[in-house]
Amino acid sequence: MDNRDILITEVALRDGSHAVAHQFTVEQVEDIVEQLDGANVPYIEVAHGDGLGGSSLQYGRSKVDEMKLIEAAVSKCVRSKIAVLLLPGIGTKTKLQEARNIGAHMARIATHVTEADVSAQHIHLAKEMGMETVGFLMMAHMVPTVKLVEQAKLMESYGADVVYITDSAGALLPHEVRERVQALKEELTIEVGFHAHNNLSVAMGNTLEAIDAGATRIDGSIRCLGAGAGNTQTEVLTAVCDRLGIKTGIGLYKIMDAAEYHVAPLLPQPQEITKDSLAMGYAGVYSSFLLHARRAAEKYNLDARDILTKLGEMKVVGGQEDMIVDIAYEMSKK
Amino acid sequence: MSKRLQTVIVGSGNIGTDLMYKIQQSELLELVGMVGIERGSEGLKRAADMGYPVYTGGIEEFIEKNKDKMPDLMFDATSAKAHVLNAEKLEPYHTKMLDLTPAKIGPAVIPPVNLDRLTDEKDLNLITCGGQATIPLVHAVNRVQSVAYAEIVATIASKSAGPGTRANIDEFTETTAWGIEQIGGADAGKAIIILNPAEPPILMRDTVYCELHEAPVDKKAITNSIHNIVEEVQEYVPGYRLRSEPIFEENKITIFIGVEGAGHFLPQYAGNLDIMTAASVRVAEQLAKQTVTAD
Repeated sequence: MDNRDILITEVALRDGSHAVAHQFTVEQVEDIVEQLDGANVPYIEVAHGDGLGGSSLQYGRSKVDEMKLIEAAVSKCVRSKIAVLLLPGIGTKTKLQEARNIGAHMARIATHVTEADVSAQHIHLAKEMGMETVGFLMMAHMVPTVKLVEQAKLMESYGADVVYITDSAGALLPHEVRERVQALKEELTIEVGFHAHNNLSVAMGNTLEAIDAGATRIDGSIRCLGAGAGNTQTEVLTAVCDRLGIKTGIGLYKIMDAAEYHVAPLLPQPQEITKDSLAMGYAGVYSSFLLHARRAAEKYNLDARDILTKLGEMKVVGGQEDMIVDIAYEMSKK
Repeated sequence: MSKRLQTVIVGSGNIGTDLMYKIQQSELLELVGMVGIERGSEGLKRAADMGYPVYTGGIEEFIEKNKDKMPDLMFDATSAKAHVLNAEKLEPYHTKMLDLTPAKIGPAVIPPVNLDRLTDEKDLNLITCGGQATIPLVHAVNRVQSVAYAEIVATIASKSAGPGTRANIDEFTETTAWGIEQIGGADAGKAIIILNPAEPPILMRDTVYCELHEAPVDKKAITNSIHNIVEEVQEYVPGYRLRSEPIFEENKITIFIGVEGAGHFLPQYAGNLDIMTAASVRVAEQLAKQTVTAD
């Protein structure tokens, strides 16, 4: 693919949906996709933060139907391709077909790191429809590498073209990322990807370790527009890769300008590592819980960190947003 | 002659085996056979040890040997595909079927909501575990004030999700959403399922969100209605309980429940499986009561 060493997927219009409480509009998506396409970003993910079908009371309703956003994104792509995320149990095959019909090119099927077998039918369908297909193993910090390998092999056996190590909590440290990528590179024949969150300020370091260990698919979010403290910052990664001689194919000034003039104005506040996002990385909690935990803390007069720490102790997994209010309510009674 | 309803279990897996223990404890039901297809299966072994007739040649063998004395009722705990075939084979006989698979040939039943209207049906479907746990609550709200939208989130222990559920997880979300609308009474429904692998395994827990057409919300009447229906479900699933009082915010109601299994054969954390077997036994007992009355 036009001589790139790694293929970057820009996730701000999906992962960043959490940070804006799923309020993206058609105009915003069109504008950002136009910029990203102009910067030659290979893949752009667009969907509700929790993937197709995520618009709900549990996770927050989308202001605009995600299919309209996907359609808008596709219409602005000349070179870039549109990816969608789907979490089996939340989204269904019907949604994936709908997204495919309006031009989505890549399907990323996400499960908790121990539950890969629920993805078989969705991976099969994506392949049948001719989509580039990615298996996305979330909360990868929660299991030893041997378990991760076992689950990644399942996704490979279903037909995935790529398997991602997804550090949903931003809890992994560089040496842990290296160990995981190395193991997958040894055990799989397909490409390995890495998705970081910056809750412990090591997203960039982790990503560089992943690339060095052989990962060739990398996620970034422009201006860190992602859940929690955001992801590996795409424009910074572009610059760093440039310095390292790793070809991303992305135009540096163009992606910098897109970040500065098109994405930054959308942010409710600048993405920084607050005490709450730090607590999430530290306690190993799913990054999209951030705003939900803050709201619950305010409502029940608690410290969001206490809620997040408790969720970490309970080994709550991605998608269990209802536990936040449940726990906060219980804590407030004490 | 015993007046108990004669029942047979088809499918000797975890669900079928748990059913056996529940039927054994019932004063209204009698188990007259366990049908499987694997000679060495744990369920068939246990059934034989307990003195029940076992059939390893599937439903064909059972029918062949019992043509003249077919039971009143069969519990089908096989698979959706097998249930379709089993139902065909039972066509010529009076035997009713309670379908614990996702086949959905017959109408769906949620005991405290619509069982009274369905006792004449030949084939009844139990929907899903999430449906059994949450649809009564949607109904409890809807019978007080009309529900525009209901959404449920079922979180179950990974260990309690069998290969069938895993291979076809969309069936859970789609069927449960359908039941929320058709039986729960919400104008629109949505269902989410989450598998949690924590050790020790977590109890099944469900969250139900209901949005009403209109505020103000009659909190007192809705809370009472919820408590009443929880008591009704507790009659057959003693471990079914509210985790807290309902939470009211404008026109939205949030209900948290936990479902602990009875631990007959399935582990206690598998409240999701237990509520299916318990609900089907509840349906069978209701049929038994009516049959006795009719006699």
